[in-house]
Amino acid sequence: MRKIVALGATSLIAQETLKNFAKDKDSFFLIGRNEEKLNEVAKNLEVLGASEVNVKVVKDVCDFKAHQEIINEADKMLSNFDNFFVFYGVLGNQKEMEEDFSKAKELLDVNFISVASFVSIVANKFEKEKRGNIAVISSVAGDRGRQSNYFYGASKGGLSVFLEGLRNRLSFSNVNVLTVKPGFVATPMTAHREKGLLFASADYVGKTIYKAVKKNKNVLYTPCFWWGIMFIVKHIPECIFKKMKM
Amino acid sequence: MSSSSNSSNDFITDKYLSWGRIPKVSQEIRYLEWLSDAKFPKSEKSILARGLGRSYGDSCLNENGILLSTELYRRFLDFDEKTGVIRCTAGITLEDILDVALPKGWFLPVSPGTKFVTVGGAIANDVHGKNHHVAGTFGCYVKKMALLRSDNKIYEISPNKEIELYKATIGGLGLTGIILWADIQLVSVKSGFFDGEFIKFSSLDEFFEINKESGKKFDYTVSWLDCASQGENFGRGIYMRANHSQKDFSELPKDPIKLPLIVPFNFPSWTLNNFTVKAFNFAYYNKQFSKFVKKTVHYDPFFYPLDVVKDWNKIYGKNGFYQYQCVVPRDDNDKAIKEVFKTIVESRSASFLAVLKEFGEVKSPGMLSFPAPGITLCLDFINLGEKTVKLLQTLEDLVKGFNGKMYPSKDTCMRGSSFRAFYPNLNEFKKYIDPKISSSFWRRMNNS
Repeated sequence: MRKIVALGATSLIAQETLKNFAKDKDSFFLIGRNEEKLNEVAKNLEVLGASEVNVKVVKDVCDFKAHQEIINEADKMLSNFDNFFVFYGVLGNQKEMEEDFSKAKELLDVNFISVASFVSIVANKFEKEKRGNIAVISSVAGDRGRQSNYFYGASKGGLSVFLEGLRNRLSFSNVNVLTVKPGFVATPMTAHREKGLLFASADYVGKTIYKAVKKNKNVLYTPCFWWGIMFIVKHIPECIFKKMKM
Repeated sequence: MSSSSNSSNDFITDKYLSWGRIPKVSQEIRYLEWLSDAKFPKSEKSILARGLGRSYGDSCLNENGILLSTELYRRFLDFDEKTGVIRCTAGITLEDILDVALPKGWFLPVSPGTKFVTVGGAIANDVHGKNHHVAGTFGCYVKKMALLRSDNKIYEISPNKEIELYKATIGGLGLTGIILWADIQLVSVKSGFFDGEFIKFSSLDEFFEINKESGKKFDYTVSWLDCASQGENFGRGIYMRANHSQKDFSELPKDPIKLPLIVPFNFPSWTLNNFTVKAFNFAYYNKQFSKFVKKTVHYDPFFYPLDVVKDWNKIYGKNGFYQYQCVVPRDDNDKAIKEVFKTIVESRSASFLAVLKEFGEVKSPGMLSFPAPGITLCLDFINLGEKTVKLLQTLEDLVKGFNGKMYPSKDTCMRGSSFRAFYPNLNEFKKYIDPKISSSFWRRMNNS
């Protein structure tokens, strides 16, 4: 049975992913901003079969000094956890960030710097223990920069590269690092947009993440056709790409 | 951390239709996500909570109003494995409950023909199933509920507390408030398998003959009827009856392999015609060679044969279809149901899914509950426009004459005058309607 620490546990993708692990009777340490919502998620996981669920409120993930303490607490509560999942991230408003860089910095801090900090701490722990699973939600938007969301894309692209390097380092210590690159996921945030064929349900995305963790996969495009889409997008020559409206 | 507020993401869409895909309406969508911050939506427009939209007509629609979707409000709150009482939010589906409860030896007390319905919807429509003659409706097993009303108070209602509001909410079409959570009493079982018998019958008289003995010996009974054959094959079908299997696990067959089938787009309208419907009915009747078959079956193919085909409603194309269900009391020689069925077969517009069953005497607490002692008939009609609407009105008059009634969640055409005749408790029910809640169905009933 796994002992899972989940950051951003009240996000829709987190809820849908963790449900699957709960059915395996795993134990959880859930971290999020809102205590009541965390408790709702926790109760659900318990009914679904979780052996143990703890919750921890963290109001600001960018309080870097607190990171080590949070990981220590999780380790104590679960008596040595072996799975670490990061689900949080913000979309930001591209136009606002173009005009006011402090907003862009906030996004980069949340999506990239704070995640890199948490994961680095956990990586050192897992490396020593010579086992463990790290899974982090990145995005297909990080595969190539586009004018419509390059701050968000850069934060996720940076994260993907960071995880790639870490995977290389930890491969010698029996630790698996999974980079999850979801495409469009149907959430209340995207509901006003056309729910075309490109949109996947959080339920489906959660299931694929669960399977990828169990199979020790390296990179997961979910749904898988995004691999094909991004393969093409990545191979458009820059002289053409820079003129495209995307 | 990523989270999303309800209010900033409102949008108007024509994508949220009912299962029959008639009528096409435009609505504003909002989401209920968390119990801890559940508030009655603020708006000038009327509100209606919506589960998975498996009602066929307009009872799950709120044209030009707000639909409060519970798709993302899908969590268990508690499960007492000793007593079999499960507490869940309104958006939990019957499939979710089976997944959690069956491994612990508990099963749904009542289930309709699909597991893709929410608990909120099952209560609001007081759904019934193949065991109605012994178990009654879903509402009979709701021990307690929390109801959010537009005064922003949460009412805990049960057979002992706020009794009248409780009775109005069961089968109340979502009009009395937003169901936040409910305690459901499950039933204890040995496995998810059923010992079933499948008997072919060649006429309605033979159906009644088999039915007479079956109701006493079997907890689950239902019949499929061939609604395309006239003449000597009129009224033929297959009678299915079963009990929860008492076999040990070692004797049980394996769980069936689930092949997910999807209808990815609306079929063109010529797909369904008299020929294909007849062919389907012929094939279905003849898929069973012998008159009598006995076997142990998993609950999935037995309860939910259509659930393997995702979005099967799109087979009917973009015009959608009409679903129809009525119940008529038993009378001399079952004249009433025979006449209703004859009218349907002669219209030659029925489709492939006709179902016949006898309801029992178990009374539901619901004021507006549909099931009543008698024979119920349920089927689909291809949408042939005016012709189909006329047929449905003929059937409505027939059923009224026979002192029967029709099922709101499967209705698109009923007139308000008939509705008032079918549901004599209506005036009592109206006292408990929330003034900020309405639905397309409700307005139609009040305006016709």
